[in-house]
Amino acid sequence: MPVRIQTTDFDAGAEIAALRRDNPKVGAVASFIGVCRDANDGTAVTKMTLEHYPGMTEKALEKIVAEAKRRWDVMEVLIVHRVGELKPADQIVLVVVTGAHRGEAFAACEFIMDYLKTRAPFWKKEETPQGARWVEARVSDDEAAQRWEPPKSSAA
Amino acid sequence: MKVKILYLASLREQLGKAGEDLEISPSASTVAGLRALLMARGGPWQSALAQGKALRVAVNQEMAQPTTAVKPGDEVAFFPAVTGG
Repeated sequence: MPVRIQTTDFDAGAEIAALRRDNPKVGAVASFIGVCRDANDGTAVTKMTLEHYPGMTEKALEKIVAEAKRRWDVMEVLIVHRVGELKPADQIVLVVVTGAHRGEAFAACEFIMDYLKTRAPFWKKEETPQGARWVEARVSDDEAAQRWEPPKSSAA
Repeated sequence: MKVKILYLASLREQLGKAGEDLEISPSASTVAGLRALLMARGGPWQSALAQGKALRVAVNQEMAQPTTAVKPGDEVAFFPAVTGG
């Protein structure tokens, strides 16, 4: 399963080892881990709750993985995204891409994160000393996703 | 025709419900039409679904546009811009 949604933590080392096990053609492993920070927009964050849209989330992520594999010569892709309650310093998301060479693996990994941040149905709610607040989408995330030319086959 | 509607994240809190099964007329058979129908309820519906809000809509779990058709039995989800990762 290249895509997993879970409440529990993940072990990046174990996930990477499993993804490239028994494949001596892998020459590059690129990975990204998103982590919960203790502050956002100048306000302390004591806790975060991640909500998603079960069913659509998996489909949206699988579509992003398929698009990354279409665009770059990579071998395996893994996305693990946590939901539920998280604390500062907790891991939120893991993306791992294996391939023969680093250039394609790096690019695919960055593309996947940029698309995940703008197209996968997750929402963060932060607990702050002033009360709970939903995180607002950032224009910079849209701009990051727009750097990648849209797929020619799709109008979305 | 009957459709299943979901309200997610901050939208669920603003509207005070997670979803509903709704009988709609054929005139509301696009995403934009359905949105207008819901906004006509007034109050939080009018403000939370107002044009200009960074609202996203998915039909059958695929991102949709205002012109996307809504058919009997479809699952239509309204939600704010996403903030995962």
